[in-house]
Amino acid sequence: MAESSAAVRGGAGVEYPTDNYLTHTQGLRSWLFTLDHKRIGVMYLVSVLASFFLGGVLALLIRTELLTPRQTIMGADTYNIIFTLHGAIMIFLFIIPGTPGSLGNFVLPMMLGAKDVAFPRLNLASYYMWVIGAIFALVAIVMGGVDTGWTFYTPYSTTTNTAVIPVVLGIFIIGFSSIFTGINFIVTIHKLRAPGMGWFQMPLMLWGLYATSIIQVLATPVLGITLLLLIAERVLQVGIFSPAYGGDPVLFQHFFWFYSHPAVYIMILPAMGIISEVIPVFSHKHIFGYKAIAYSSIAIAVISFLVWGHHMFVSGMSNMASAIFSALTFAVAIPSAVKVFNWVATMYKGSISLATPMCYALGFLFLFAIGGLTGLFLGSLAVDVHLTDTYFIVAHFHYVMFGGAVMALMAGIHYWWPKITGRMYNERLGQIACLLIFIGFNATFFPQFVAGSQGMPRRYFNYPERFTDYNVFSTIGSYLLGLGFLLVAAYLIHSLFRGRPAPANPWGGATLEWSTPSPPPPENFEEEPVLGDHYDPYDYRGLVYDPRIGGYVQQHPH
Amino acid sequence: MANMLLGTANGSILGQSGPTFWMPRELSDHASDVDWIFNYILYVSLFFFLLIIVLMTVFVIRYRRRPGQEALSSPTHNLPLEVLWTGVPIILVGTMFFFGFRSYMDLGVIPLNAYEIKVTGQKWKWQFEYPTGYIDEDLHVPMDRPVQLTLTSTDVIHSLFLPNLRIKRDAVPGRYTKIWFRASEAGEFPLMCAEYCGTRHSDMLARLVIHPRGEFEQWLTKASNFLATMPPVEAGQRLYQLRGCKQCHSIDGVAGIGPSLKNLFGHPVQLQSGQTTADENYIRESILEPSSQIVAGFEPVMPRIRLSDAEVGALIAYIKSLSEAGQGVPVGGSTTQPAATQPAA
Amino acid sequence: MSDAEAQPPQPPTPHMHEDPHENAYLAHHFDTPQQQFESGKLGMWMFLATEVLLFSGLFCVYAVYRASHPEVFEWAHRFLNVTLGGINTMVLITSSLAMAWAVRAAQLGQQRLLAICLSLTLLGGFSFLGIKYIEYKNKWEEGLLWAGKYKPTAEALEHLNATGHGEAAELGVATTDASSAAGHGGAVASAPAAAVTASAPAPVVIDGVKVEHSQIAPAPPGPQGMRLVERAGLLHLMPERAPRELWIFFSIYFLMTGLHALHVIAGLGAISWVLARSLKGQFGPAYYTPVDLVGLYWHLVDVVWIFLFPLLYLIH
Repeated sequence: MAESSAAVRGGAGVEYPTDNYLTHTQGLRSWLFTLDHKRIGVMYLVSVLASFFLGGVLALLIRTELLTPRQTIMGADTYNIIFTLHGAIMIFLFIIPGTPGSLGNFVLPMMLGAKDVAFPRLNLASYYMWVIGAIFALVAIVMGGVDTGWTFYTPYSTTTNTAVIPVVLGIFIIGFSSIFTGINFIVTIHKLRAPGMGWFQMPLMLWGLYATSIIQVLATPVLGITLLLLIAERVLQVGIFSPAYGGDPVLFQHFFWFYSHPAVYIMILPAMGIISEVIPVFSHKHIFGYKAIAYSSIAIAVISFLVWGHHMFVSGMSNMASAIFSALTFAVAIPSAVKVFNWVATMYKGSISLATPMCYALGFLFLFAIGGLTGLFLGSLAVDVHLTDTYFIVAHFHYVMFGGAVMALMAGIHYWWPKITGRMYNERLGQIACLLIFIGFNATFFPQFVAGSQGMPRRYFNYPERFTDYNVFSTIGSYLLGLGFLLVAAYLIHSLFRGRPAPANPWGGATLEWSTPSPPPPENFEEEPVLGDHYDPYDYRGLVYDPRIGGYVQQHPH
Repeated sequence: MANMLLGTANGSILGQSGPTFWMPRELSDHASDVDWIFNYILYVSLFFFLLIIVLMTVFVIRYRRRPGQEALSSPTHNLPLEVLWTGVPIILVGTMFFFGFRSYMDLGVIPLNAYEIKVTGQKWKWQFEYPTGYIDEDLHVPMDRPVQLTLTSTDVIHSLFLPNLRIKRDAVPGRYTKIWFRASEAGEFPLMCAEYCGTRHSDMLARLVIHPRGEFEQWLTKASNFLATMPPVEAGQRLYQLRGCKQCHSIDGVAGIGPSLKNLFGHPVQLQSGQTTADENYIRESILEPSSQIVAGFEPVMPRIRLSDAEVGALIAYIKSLSEAGQGVPVGGSTTQPAATQPAA
Repeated sequence: MSDAEAQPPQPPTPHMHEDPHENAYLAHHFDTPQQQFESGKLGMWMFLATEVLLFSGLFCVYAVYRASHPEVFEWAHRFLNVTLGGINTMVLITSSLAMAWAVRAAQLGQQRLLAICLSLTLLGGFSFLGIKYIEYKNKWEEGLLWAGKYKPTAEALEHLNATGHGEAAELGVATTDASSAAGHGGAVASAPAAAVTASAPAPVVIDGVKVEHSQIAPAPPGPQGMRLVERAGLLHLMPERAPRELWIFFSIYFLMTGLHALHVIAGLGAISWVLARSLKGQFGPAYYTPVDLVGLYWHLVDVVWIFLFPLLYLIH
C-alpha cells in the first residue's frame, strides 16, 4: 500500500501516510492490547459483524422453517431456540453495541479533534467484556440453547429447563460493556472537545452518540439488576417474579422494558447521527435545522425512559397507566418526525450524488418512515390490543431496527470505510447491493404487517393455512436480503486487497476526521486541530473535487 | 393495490364487516371501532409517507449532482416551517391518542349483566368454565350479549387472542385479568394464544363459537349434561381430556409424569408399599385419594381433583376401555371432539 | 464487582510520551493534569449514577412488595437484630469518615496519615462484613431465608417471643403453618388456587429440577385477615395471624444486603489497591485521583447502607 500511495502522491498536497494507525505497530499483541480507539473500533466492527452474520444465518433458518404451515426443516423446540438466539444475538451482541462500539469508537474522538477517548483502558475493557459476554452466549448455545424468547419473560424463563443462566449472565456482562462505553463517550464529549468547538459546533453524529450514551448509562443498570434477579430466581428461588411464591411475573416485564424500550433508542439514535452526517455531505449542502436535530436527540433520550409500559397494554395494567404510557408514546414520535423533515429539507436545492452511503441513507428514510409511522398504530391503545404480539409487531420493529439502525450502519460503514481502511470499494457493486437489500427487506417484512393485522401471532412454529402466502413471500424476500449482504461482504473484503487507495476526503465531508489522512496516524492528527470561531462542520464551501486524487481538497479556508 | 392499502377493498370504512386487505372479518361494535381508528391512522400515515417519499424523489432528481454545478444556497433553518411541522404532527397524534384511548376505555368498563366465563390457560390448551361448572375446550358464547372473560393461568403467561373481535388479554398466573365483548354475528372463528409459552405455543388454538340467539342455553344444557347423554366410555374420554389427566397420564403406554393408562386395568401394579391389581376400587381410590397409593418409580405429586361419582365412573369406564383386560369398547385413541361440543344445530 | 473499572484515570503508559510533562501520571491524550482529573471525576460520578440505578431496581422491588404486602414487612422485620444493624451503621459511617480524612491527607501529602486512614477504612469495612456474617449466620440457623429456603426453626419462633414483640400468642403456631406451606422447597398449590382450577395438573418439583409442565398456582386474591391494633397512640397494621408469605421479606432482605455486601467487598479490594500504592508513596498534592475516586465509591456504599438500615430494620 505504501508504494501504491506513493505513486499517487503529490497531486494537490494530499499525501498517503505510510505510518498510520494500522501499520504503526505490528503483530497480534499490538492489536489485542491496543489502547487506540481506532483499533478498538475496528475490533468491535469485526466482532459485531460476525455476530450479525450468525444472527442472519439464524434468521434465514427461521424463515425457511416458516415456508410451510407445518414442520419444514426443524422441530418446534429447535425453532424456539433459534428464534430466541436470533433475537438475543441481534439485539445484545449486534445492534446495541454495533454503531457506538465500532463507528462511534472510531470517529468520536476524531470528530472532536481529540487524540483518544477519555479512558482508553476502560474502552479496551469494555470491548473485552463484550467478548466475554459473547463467549457466554456461545457456551449457552453449546449447552443446548435457550428457548425463552429474547425478552426472558417470567415465569417461563424461571421454569424452562434450557440454558437461561449463561445467556443472562452474558447479557449482564455485555451490559457493563455498554455502560463503560457510555461513560467514556460522555466524558470524552464533555472534556476533550478541540479548542474552539462549542456544543453546537459538534457534528450531529456526536449529539446522537451523546444521547445514546446517556441512555446506556441510565437504563442499563436497571437491566443489570433485572437479570441478576432473574438469575437469583432460578438459582435460589427468591420469589420476586415467581408466582409460586406469591411473586409478580408482570413486575419483571416492567423492569425489563424500563431498560429495553430505551434500548431501542440506543439502537436508533446513533443511526440518526450517521444519517445526519451522510445526507448533508452527499447533498453538498448545510444540514437544515441543526439545533432542532440536536435537541430532538436529547428529547428522544429523555422521553424514551417514560414509555416502557406500552409493551404491556394487554397484561392487565390499570387504565390510567395505559393512558399515560400511550400519550407519552405518541410524544416520542414527534422528535423523530422532526428529524425526518429536517433531513428531507436538507436535500432541497442541494447537489445530490447517489453514492453508496447516500443510497443507504435514502433507503433509511424510506424504511424508517414506515417503521416510525406503523409505531403510531401501536401507540393507539385500542388498536394495539389487536396488533400486539402479532407479526405486525415483528414487522414494525424490523422496519425500525433493521430498516433504521442497520441501514444507517451500512451507510456509516460505507461512508467511513475509506477512512478506516484507506481503501475505496467498488461503487457500482455498492449501489447494486443496496438496491438488492432494499428490495429484499421490503419483500421480507412488508407481508408481515398484513399477516399480523390479519391475526397471525408472533413466535408461531405452525401457523394456520390462511397465512401461507404472506409467509412464502416473506421467506423469498429474506433470501434476496441474504444475497445482498453476501455481495456487500464480497466487495468490501475485495476492496481491502485490491481497492484503490483512498484520499483523505473522498466524499467532501467537513467534519474533522476528513482533514486527516486515510487511514489516520496513530494519534489521529498530525497537528492538534484548533478551530476558528466560525467552525461549522456542515459548511462545504471551499471544498473542491480534485480528480487527480479522487477526493476533495480545501481550497480557501473560510 | 392502492385500494387494498387503503383498506377499502370491501368498503370496511362504510361499516361493513367483511375481511379487508388489512383486517379479518369483524364481529362486534368494538371491532369496527378499532378498524375505524386503524384506517384513520393509516390514511394520516400514508399522507405523510407519500409526502416524504415524493419530496425525497423530486429532490434527488431535480437537484442531482452535475459536473461543475454547486449546491444552490437556501436557508439552514426556518422557524415558522419548523414550528409547522412540529405542531401539525402533535395535533394529529393527539387525535390518534384520543380515539385509541376512548375505545380502550370501553374495554375496561364491563357491563353489569355480562355473562361470565372463567378462562384458564395452561400449556398448551385453554379451558373455559361456564357458570354451571361445565368446562369446555372451546369458547362458546351467546350472540348479542355481553360476555366477560376472567382469565388466569396455571403455569406461564398466555394470551387469549380473538382476532375477529380485535381483543387480546394476557392470562397471568397468580392474578386475574378481565376482558369483555359483545359478538354481533353467529359462527365459528379462531382463538389463539398470542404470548409465547413454549413448545406447542402455536398449537394452543381453540374455536370461538358464537351461538345464534336462544341457542346458547340449549347448547350449554346439553353439553353440561354430557355424563347422562353420552356412553360412559366417551364421557370418560372427554373428562380425561378436559380435566387435565392427559397432561401426566398417556394412553399409549409411555410413562409421563404419572404412569400410562394403557393396559392398566386388570393388570398388577407395583406400589411403593407393595403390589396390587388395578381394579375398579384401585382406580377410584387413586383418583380420589391420589397420595394413598403411589406407584413405584413416581413422585406423589398428583393433586386431588373434584370429581363427582358419575364422573369417576365414566373415567373408570374409559380406563377399562384402554386395556385388553377391560371389556370396554375401544375408542381408537382419537383426540377429536365428541359430538357434544359441536354447537347445537 | 468492578473495582478495576472504578478507576477511570489512566496511569502512565510508557510509549505515549511525546513531551516531557511535569506530571508523570498525565496520559498522552490529555492536555493538562486538571483536564485529566476532571475527566476522571466526571467518569466516576457517572459510574456512581449507574450504581445508584442498580440499587434503585431493588428499592423498586422493595416499594412494590411493601405496598402490596405491608403486613409481611410489619411482621417480619422484627426478626432482624436492630442492635447489630445499628452497630454496623456506626462502623460504616466511621470508616467513611476515615476515608474522607485519607483523601485530605493525600491532598496535603501526609503519607503516614494517609496510610493510617486507609487502614482504618479497611478495618471498618472488614468489621462490617464480620458483623454481617454473624447476622447472616443467625438467620441461616433460624431458617429465616429467602423463599426457596424459608423454613424457620422452632427456636427462631421462640426467639421472636423472647424479644417481647409477640403481640399475639398464636403467632408462633401460625408461623409454623406458613413455613410448612413453603417448606417443601417447591411450589405448593394454595387452597384458593385449587378452587380456581380444580383440574390443574399436578405440581411437580423434584429436588429443584423443574419438570415440563407447570406447578404454579394462582396466589390468594389479597392479603389475609388484618385488623388495626392501637399501640402507643399510633395505628398499626397488625395482622391477626402470621402472613403466609413471610418469605418475601427475607428474599428482599438477602437480595438487598447481599448486593450491598458485594459492593463492600469490591470497595475493600479498591481500598487495598490504593493503600498499596500509597505505601509506595505514589500520591501527593499533584496526583491523588485514585484516592479521591475510591473515596467517592466508598461513600456511595455507605449511603446505600444508610438507606437500607431503616428500610429493613426500623419499620414502624
